[in-house]
Amino acid sequence: MIETILVFLPLVGSIIAGVMVFASIGADKHRKHTLDLASQVVTCSMLVISAILAFVIFFDVGLNGNARTTELFTWIASGSFELSWALKVDTLTSVMMIVVCTVSAMVHIYSVGYMHHDPSVPRFMCYLSLFTFMMLMLITADNLVQMFFGWEGVGLASYLLIGFWYKRPSANAAAIKAFVVNRVGDFGFALGIFATFVLFDTIHLDTIFDAVPGQKDAILNVFGTDFHAMTIICLLLFVGAMGKSAQLGLHTWLPDAMEGPTPVSALIHAATMVTAGVFMVARLSPMFEYSQTALDVVTIVGASTAIFAATIGCVQNDIKRVIAYSTCSQLGYMFFACGVSAYSAGIFHLMTHGFFKALLFLGAGSVIHAMSDEQDMRKMGGIWKMIPVTYALMWIGSLALAGVPPFAGFFSKDIVLEAAYAAHSGVGQYAFAMGILAALLTAFYSWRLLFMTFHGTSRADEKTLAHVHESPKVMIIPLLVLALGAVGAGYIPYTLFVGEGMENFWGEAILMLPHHQALENAHHVPALVKYSPLIVGAIGIGTAWFLYIKRPDIPPKIAERFQGVYQFLLNKWYFDELYDKIFVRPAFMIGRGLWKGGDGALIDGCGPDGISNAVRVMARRVSALQTGYLYHYAFAMLIGIAALVSWYMFTQGS
Amino acid sequence: MLDLPLLTILTFAPLVGVLAILIIRHDDAEVVAQNARNVALFVSSGVFLLSLLLWFTFDRTTADFQWVEKVAWMEDFGISYHMGVDGISVLFVMLTTLLTPICVLASWNSIKDRVKEYMICFLILETFMIGMFCALDLFLFYIFFEAVLIPMFIIIGIWGGARRVYAAFKLFLYTLLGSVLMLVAMLTMYYYAGTTDMLELMAYNFPIEAQKWMWLAFFASFAVKVPMWPVHTWLPDAHVEAPTAGSVILAGVLLKFGGYGFLRFSLPMMPEASLYFTPLMYTLSIIAVIYTSLVALAQEDMKKLIAYSSIAHMGFVTIGTFTLTTQGIEGAIYQMLSHGVVSAALFLVVGVVYDRIHTREIAAYGGLVNRMPAYALTFMVFAMASVGLPGTGGFVGEVLVLVGAFKANTWVAAFAATGVILGAAYTLYLYRRIIFGELTKENLMKITDMNRREMAIFAPLLFITIWMGVYPSSFLDFMHVSVEHLINQVNTSLAQSGMLELAGR
Repeated sequence: MIETILVFLPLVGSIIAGVMVFASIGADKHRKHTLDLASQVVTCSMLVISAILAFVIFFDVGLNGNARTTELFTWIASGSFELSWALKVDTLTSVMMIVVCTVSAMVHIYSVGYMHHDPSVPRFMCYLSLFTFMMLMLITADNLVQMFFGWEGVGLASYLLIGFWYKRPSANAAAIKAFVVNRVGDFGFALGIFATFVLFDTIHLDTIFDAVPGQKDAILNVFGTDFHAMTIICLLLFVGAMGKSAQLGLHTWLPDAMEGPTPVSALIHAATMVTAGVFMVARLSPMFEYSQTALDVVTIVGASTAIFAATIGCVQNDIKRVIAYSTCSQLGYMFFACGVSAYSAGIFHLMTHGFFKALLFLGAGSVIHAMSDEQDMRKMGGIWKMIPVTYALMWIGSLALAGVPPFAGFFSKDIVLEAAYAAHSGVGQYAFAMGILAALLTAFYSWRLLFMTFHGTSRADEKTLAHVHESPKVMIIPLLVLALGAVGAGYIPYTLFVGEGMENFWGEAILMLPHHQALENAHHVPALVKYSPLIVGAIGIGTAWFLYIKRPDIPPKIAERFQGVYQFLLNKWYFDELYDKIFVRPAFMIGRGLWKGGDGALIDGCGPDGISNAVRVMARRVSALQTGYLYHYAFAMLIGIAALVSWYMFTQGS
Repeated sequence: MLDLPLLTILTFAPLVGVLAILIIRHDDAEVVAQNARNVALFVSSGVFLLSLLLWFTFDRTTADFQWVEKVAWMEDFGISYHMGVDGISVLFVMLTTLLTPICVLASWNSIKDRVKEYMICFLILETFMIGMFCALDLFLFYIFFEAVLIPMFIIIGIWGGARRVYAAFKLFLYTLLGSVLMLVAMLTMYYYAGTTDMLELMAYNFPIEAQKWMWLAFFASFAVKVPMWPVHTWLPDAHVEAPTAGSVILAGVLLKFGGYGFLRFSLPMMPEASLYFTPLMYTLSIIAVIYTSLVALAQEDMKKLIAYSSIAHMGFVTIGTFTLTTQGIEGAIYQMLSHGVVSAALFLVVGVVYDRIHTREIAAYGGLVNRMPAYALTFMVFAMASVGLPGTGGFVGEVLVLVGAFKANTWVAAFAATGVILGAAYTLYLYRRIIFGELTKENLMKITDMNRREMAIFAPLLFITIWMGVYPSSFLDFMHVSVEHLINQVNTSLAQSGMLELAGR
């Protein structure tokens, strides 16, 4: 019951706000203001209630172990393809609920201040709440298709919010890109669902999980080849996760998604939606556990993304894009944690990351707000005294991100890296190495961001500088709440999530086979491994300090010296250009070719148009025979008779 | 069940409306037009309300035909007037009765010439369409199936756009070619079985060699109607030239004739041949999905784009039908129903701006959301349904078809699923070019949002689209038993001829 309320409150809020969108058309200024305010109050209060309920559920389900599923009503039933709208709540869901509802509630409140000047406030609140509802449907799914519903639903909300400022062509393009690239991932997800159904004859999660051990050696023929069933299923599903969580290859939409308003970036493109892929792998751990190949792929993709995105993050100049690439990179950490079967460590990092990354984004939003919508860090600098609270909060976020104790990121990132090391496998070592390297870069770009934004001499113009001001309370308070999370979300639940109490806590929500000992071993790794993230973090911060505070003349020289590498990173490894060349342009070209050539010239040309042309030409020729001269006709008749007679003679004669 | 010849009433009630319109006489042409509109709306709404009886009284637990009427007609030839609906056809009847009043409403202001004749055409069209879905006699079926062409031909040819004559003839020629062949096949059936009763024909086992020829002949007709690649090129032209309501009926109901025909004739009457030709169906359908999706991407005309997307969506239908799985066939029927609603709505969406600006050129629009928020929302919902977003009707059909396809052949499922990606691309690209952006074009500055009449047209379609997405059981419940029966019928017959092992399921 309580989870039903929690899930549907945001939907109710969204609908009410949606009605207000239309109510405020043509309203006068005063009335419009009232409606704006009403939509904010309604959606925010719904979300705050949901967030409180999330904690209630967490205590009930997570701590007291009352996992349960509430079936609402049948959704699709066709033969054995049967599923219901249902709300499944277990420990994993309840943890996700806390992250989703808390961050969402804070973002809702923050938006009251941030979107203050925007002419379409109710629409924004409507979309935000819609998103939250869809996300909740995703995490409470008890079958794969409802998960897919939430999955595409958050995609829709993300599309609408990225394109929120619909007058900007760049925002529209980014919105379409996000939707379509996600669809590529969903293509894999969908095929994975179908394969699951073919193998298990059900898509109900619990039933599948019970049946997996019996099918662990099953063979499934897909695309004319026999595959190990669990491997191909998990790999197909993982393609979906890669799309949603912006992993290497399908990541291109995430940086562009920064076209949306900053609260959106914080909520959807950092804390919640993009982590859906990680959630999926953890949720389906009873399936992934039975395919070592799939787990290895998850590890490799995660580790590669972690380092890849971090390298790009080091040279970007847009404050939001730096954080976006950082998100991409951190998602890689979560994936390789799952890949070495340390699912709970992945979810742990997901949670702490949710808090500190939302904090960083909203902090960046606060900076952008203060700088009159400037996002380019090259035009910032030296403003820390003017916005001290934001400055302090950004420090907290960065410390948590870089994994400095006692901030939240320290605990989660450490356990992730230790687990990778302790997996004692080739891919585990690769993940560990990439993770450490990425940690170095993370510390570097985080402080590069801090120094470029807040320190040094200001590069902004007079007018902007004169306007720099601290954000209003309604924006600062949510930041403080998130900062609380960024500080406390690591130490407090550590034992519960990944420590000794872990088996009790997760219960049946996560499965780890006995021979997957990475998380257990993680607590007994050599000291060097334990401290290495700290050491590289210190080096990264030191380097950033040296390059951007002590000797700010050096970075341009490095860029000059290594022009090739610099351009390569600045242009994001040329992924966009590549995809444009091999997918986007050809698709349009082929489309045009098939239209004009295939439909027009070939089918119509040989078909209806061709035939009617031929008939017309024939008719003209025939009519040309009709000359009107009597002797022509007489001659034709004569020939005809002659032909007839000779035909008769030949056939009868022989 | 009431003792009422309900199907006959539904079928021929529109003709009563035609008579009523014919006797309208007045000196003022405007009065005549207004009366014709009123009569058409009144009659078609009445038919819709009456058809709700089907919804409430239909027995969902039997595969038998219901509301059956059978009267001897031409006894010497064994031809009878035989009507009835089962779980496969009943919802198509309702789709028809729903869309006709909507079409009348949609033509309220946009048709100004020969209103009387226009309304007569639509009512006659309704008679033929309902008759087609109810007919259980070969002869009767053929009459309705072909007769539909006449009013459609007239609607496009008279009230169409600039190249209406070309489009009308193209439609006519394509369809005619198929019909001739189908007629031959029907005669062959009669020759073998000695009856034109479709129920008896379904039970009759035709020799396999004959089946193949008959199947191809039927295929020629149905493939044009669906339309399947490569006999699809009449559709974009027909849509582009047709008046809005013509497109609505064309996309909403007429395209379903082909899919319905495959389910009613090809599968049950020619099961061995259907199995034999399944690879052909898969291939053509996949080509249709990918080819037309790519072509849609390059379109510059709104209606053409939606027409091409229709072909792609119908590709899913033909795939699902021939998977011979419960999910595939139910998905195919569901896809037809949801496409009937969604594509009809999309053509109406185009009609709204066409009535205002009188161009279908995508480039002539842009930034409409600034002045038409309600329109933008409506368009968004239907665009998303067309894309197959879960929670809308489009999703259920697509996912069921793909599940069925994956069971039958994984390659088919994979190729068909790429259509889902492309579908998102061309639909959102279209939406962006029309709705988003700055409002800069001079003639759009004063454009007005939808009026009450237009909202009344869209409200039921919006409601049904979401309903179909959230609680599809209301609709699927109609089909289960009939589809199960159909599959059993096909499998039994395949087992008898020893082809079941070949099918591998």
